Amino acid sequence: MDLNLTMLAQAIAFFIFFWFSKKFVWPPLMNAIAERQAKIAEGLNAAEAGKRALVEAEAKTESALKDARDRSQAMFSDGERRANQIIEQAKLTAKTEADRILAAAQEQIQLELNKAKSGLREQVAQLAVAGAEKILKREINAAAHADMLTELKAQL
Amino acid sequence: MASGTETTATSYITHHLSYNKVQLGSLGTIHIDTLVTSLVLGLIAFGFMWWVVRGATSGVPNKRQAFVELALDFIADQARNTFAHGDVNKFVAPLALSVFVFVIMMNAMSFMPIDIFAWVMEHVFHQHQWRGVPTADVNTTFALALSIWFLMLYFSVAVKGFGGWMHEIFCSPFGSKFWAWPLNLLFNLVEYVSKPLSHSLRLFGNMYAGEIIFLLLGMWAATGIVGTIMGALLGAGWSIFHILIVALQAYIFMMLTIVYINMAHEHH
Repeated sequence: MDLNLTMLAQAIAFFIFFWFSKKFVWPPLMNAIAERQAKIAEGLNAAEAGKRALVEAEAKTESALKDARDRSQAMFSDGERRANQIIEQAKLTAKTEADRILAAAQEQIQLELNKAKSGLREQVAQLAVAGAEKILKREINAAAHADMLTELKAQL
Repeated sequence: MASGTETTATSYITHHLSYNKVQLGSLGTIHIDTLVTSLVLGLIAFGFMWWVVRGATSGVPNKRQAFVELALDFIADQARNTFAHGDVNKFVAPLALSVFVFVIMMNAMSFMPIDIFAWVMEHVFHQHQWRGVPTADVNTTFALALSIWFLMLYFSVAVKGFGGWMHEIFCSPFGSKFWAWPLNLLFNLVEYVSKPLSHSLRLFGNMYAGEIIFLLLGMWAATGIVGTIMGALLGAGWSIFHILIVALQAYIFMMLTIVYINMAHEHH
């Protein structure tokens, strides 16, 4: 054990080092750390806010999508209904037209038939008259037998 | 190694445990080795921290800065957990930092291989005597412990006032009855004497004992081939164990510093 001036010198040296670190080492670095902590906290808050915003945006997108889907669905069913309507109407028109054409055709046919019938009747009457002439071997006076002929025609 | 003609065990140890003394006229003697070594270590350590802090950023730190921040944060944590009287950043934590850094640097000098270190001091710096571990010198440990002790007295008076401090010395821990006063005084005197003694001698004893062991191993290494091998192996083992002691003693010294300053702030 040899205590001497070294002790005083060491104490002075220590106080100088202490003063130095108290003034130039500790505060700046602690400030830097505190600043970084604040930055990190800010960053974390921002991330949290971003996450919340994302959730909100997702919900908004979801509702917009649902809206669009509903609308397109409505449009689709509307279009389908309209198409059906048009088809029905077209069918109806076609049927009316067909009926009309059919009726006209039947009428035509009836007319032709009647015409043919009356022609045939005429021919049969003439044939009958010619037959009768041959049978009687003489000329039948058309005028004298007009009554009989007309009666015959009506019977045919 | 001693430059004497013959080296005996005694002369070897005596040589390694002698200080490089300089007489400063009538002022007294000074251990120039202890003082210069500790000053150089302090300049390196505090200069390094200053260098890092000057370039410090609050953004992403580089590894150097992260290392210093880790150390400071560790010390700030210890200070905050122990010191219960206000902002540690104002005084206690920087004090703990300087104590810890200074002591651990001086302790770490014991990792220097003693004889290589002595050879370098002898042949490069022409210093025949040079003790390499400043904390194995009582002057250093007493200087630190007494500095803390005076700070303790200062805070005792500054926080409680002189009257408050006197009241504490005479009236605690056994109460304020007048017959307890001498007992309290005696008790407090013992405490005030034992604090710096235990504070400084604990550190000194550990470092001094470590140095002695290295010396004994070094001596064994000079006795022959077996001694050299065993000395090297045990020296390595002791060095590894000594890492723990170096760090632990610096930590204990720092913690006691914080505890003593904290106690000085307490009212009784």
